[in-house]
Amino acid sequence: MRFTLSPEQRDFAASIDDLLAAADTPSVVRAWSHGEHEQGLRLWRQLADLGVTGLAVPEEHGGLDASAVDLTVAVEVLGRHAVPGPVVESLAALPVLLADSGATRWLPGLASGGSLGTLAWSPHVPYAVDADVADVRVCVSDGVLREFGPMAPLSSVDASRRLSAVDVRGEICPARTDRAWSFGVLACAAQLLGAGRRLLDMSVEYATQRSQYGNPIGGYQAIKHLLADVVTQLELARPLLYGAAVSLDTASPNAARDVSAARVACADAAYLAARTALQVHGAIGYTAEHDLSLWLTKVRALRSAWGTQAWHRAQVLAALTTERGAA
Amino acid sequence: MDLDLDRHALDFRAEVRAWLAENVPDKPLASFDTAAGFEQHREWEKRLADAQLSVVSWPEEFGGRDASLLEWVLFEEEYYAARAPARVNQNGIFMLAPTLFAHGTPEQQRRILPAMARSEQVWAQAWSEPEAGSDIAALRSTATRTEGGWLLSGQKTWSSRAAFADAAFGLFRSDPGSERHRGLTYLMFDLRVDGVQVRPIPQLDGETGFAEIFLDNVFVPDSDVIGEPGNGWRVAMTTANNERGLSLRSPGRFLAAADRLLDLWRREGDPSDTALAERVTDAWIGARAYQLYTFETVTRLSEGGQLGPESSVNKLFWSRLDLELHETVLDILGSGAELRGDWLDGWLFSLAGPIYGGTDQIQRNTIAERLLGLPRGPR
Repeated sequence: MRFTLSPEQRDFAASIDDLLAAADTPSVVRAWSHGEHEQGLRLWRQLADLGVTGLAVPEEHGGLDASAVDLTVAVEVLGRHAVPGPVVESLAALPVLLADSGATRWLPGLASGGSLGTLAWSPHVPYAVDADVADVRVCVSDGVLREFGPMAPLSSVDASRRLSAVDVRGEICPARTDRAWSFGVLACAAQLLGAGRRLLDMSVEYATQRSQYGNPIGGYQAIKHLLADVVTQLELARPLLYGAAVSLDTASPNAARDVSAARVACADAAYLAARTALQVHGAIGYTAEHDLSLWLTKVRALRSAWGTQAWHRAQVLAALTTERGAA
Repeated sequence: MDLDLDRHALDFRAEVRAWLAENVPDKPLASFDTAAGFEQHREWEKRLADAQLSVVSWPEEFGGRDASLLEWVLFEEEYYAARAPARVNQNGIFMLAPTLFAHGTPEQQRRILPAMARSEQVWAQAWSEPEAGSDIAALRSTATRTEGGWLLSGQKTWSSRAAFADAAFGLFRSDPGSERHRGLTYLMFDLRVDGVQVRPIPQLDGETGFAEIFLDNVFVPDSDVIGEPGNGWRVAMTTANNERGLSLRSPGRFLAAADRLLDLWRREGDPSDTALAERVTDAWIGARAYQLYTFETVTRLSEGGQLGPESSVNKLFWSRLDLELHETVLDILGSGAELRGDWLDGWLFSLAGPIYGGTDQIQRNTIAERLLGLPRGPR
């Protein structure tokens, strides 16, 4: 057993992190929110150059056929930097869905970063994100893949998630969904964990700099204890996330259960990080001007994207009680 | 990144599982916080030792089998899953022994460890004093130099197992002019000699799990000092990290409890009570998270890493998990929850988790200052 990232995986994460740290993602997010995609698309092309867009695409369709762990590493960093765009869809769920279902014609475009893809999935993902900028638009309902056209835009709490309901068009083929759904949920959890960690880091930095009553507020136990709870929850969510990725990589019969458990823990930890971050920042954190809002709203949006917490908990419990019933 | 067990680990686990299935008493032993139960547990420890299973991670020369940290975690999983008796000598095995491995002389190791492995000598811890709880450095008990050793005086309290144990270990102020963390010495002392008075303290559950220890000029030879005199604080920190960290509460304990909770839920749970169903789910998720977090830690340690302030993350997490798990059970049991039994005892025990080994509040300070780098403040 070696339950830790390899040096190559750490290097991969660091190279994505370097790229995004230099890219001033908050301004990219703000532009994207206004429908100005140019900077964001440039960033996606740079991510493609690092191989990020091809991770979940099979080799014979131009991808890297990387492990779920590799994908999780990348998406966690994207969450850390609040990268806008259809991260879960284009990088994780859609490539697996298309490959498993045999609808392979879009895969080379997704792998190279030449096209972006988005997805709606009845009933848990009723609205597609960024359908206005995506080239590949697919929806899943009743076990069938169909193309769709975007309908009137809807406003998300996370303005960079440009949502629309779907105008269903022609059938593509029957859908094979099990793995694809799990990859989507896994990527959602990874994004949440990355965002949660960033919210914690911003809070620690702010608490160290901001003084009140003559002391940095981070010296007060009331603040320390809030942040200690956040780091504890995040640190205990991470192994569930990577454990779920390993379950997918080994085609474990418990993969769906493990992915749901990871999503529950990552979303709860990230949401605690968001609430705490706002409290630690105080009024400045409540402004649109401060970058905190970009992460805070993303966490709220992702927490109920790709299945609610209640649904995922019910999945976990059903798996556990069935497993025991059979034993 | 993988979670695979190699052949050696699988064989070891299978052996442990088979031995426990064969040997764990059908009828639970009496509580080790009673005189009769204490001796029953001592006997059980001897059986474990005969099978070379009492201290699997220790070197073979002291009664162990050189098991890896991962194998120790697997042993613990099997041990709790089999509902084997609680470990009466856990203070010795999980707190004193790591200190002896790190700071003890070869003579001390040879003299103390094999007897500990067989529980011929059972150990109590003697950390707290009436005026030194979370703030151990405020301790007042003294060690005074004398011919060939030290004379111990003062009072220790909340000493787990002291009511029936043979010996204890703790810190004493050996330099009368010193303050706080300086001038302390780590000493082992016999509980059954003149000058030592042990007064059991009934706990919340009515049992005498801990005791006060009064010391009046108790002679301890130099050979029972661990590390250098005056350097006790640093020596003790080894033990503190072990108590908070891995060795005191292995994931097996919580995995086994979560498993039994799921069984209970299947038999007696009301599936329409979604709030309770979610708490059941979260208990399992928490136990699984702690297991995987431990595998991560085991990997790091086996590659030469250290257990630092992360051990406070560990303790803060499991103390809450244990409490919430047992609270969930009692809420499922409903009107029967108040009846004394295993689950209620488990809940009573879990209430102490956020207190012993450093309160949750102290752990949060440690995490904030040492892991997150926030400024040190007044305590």
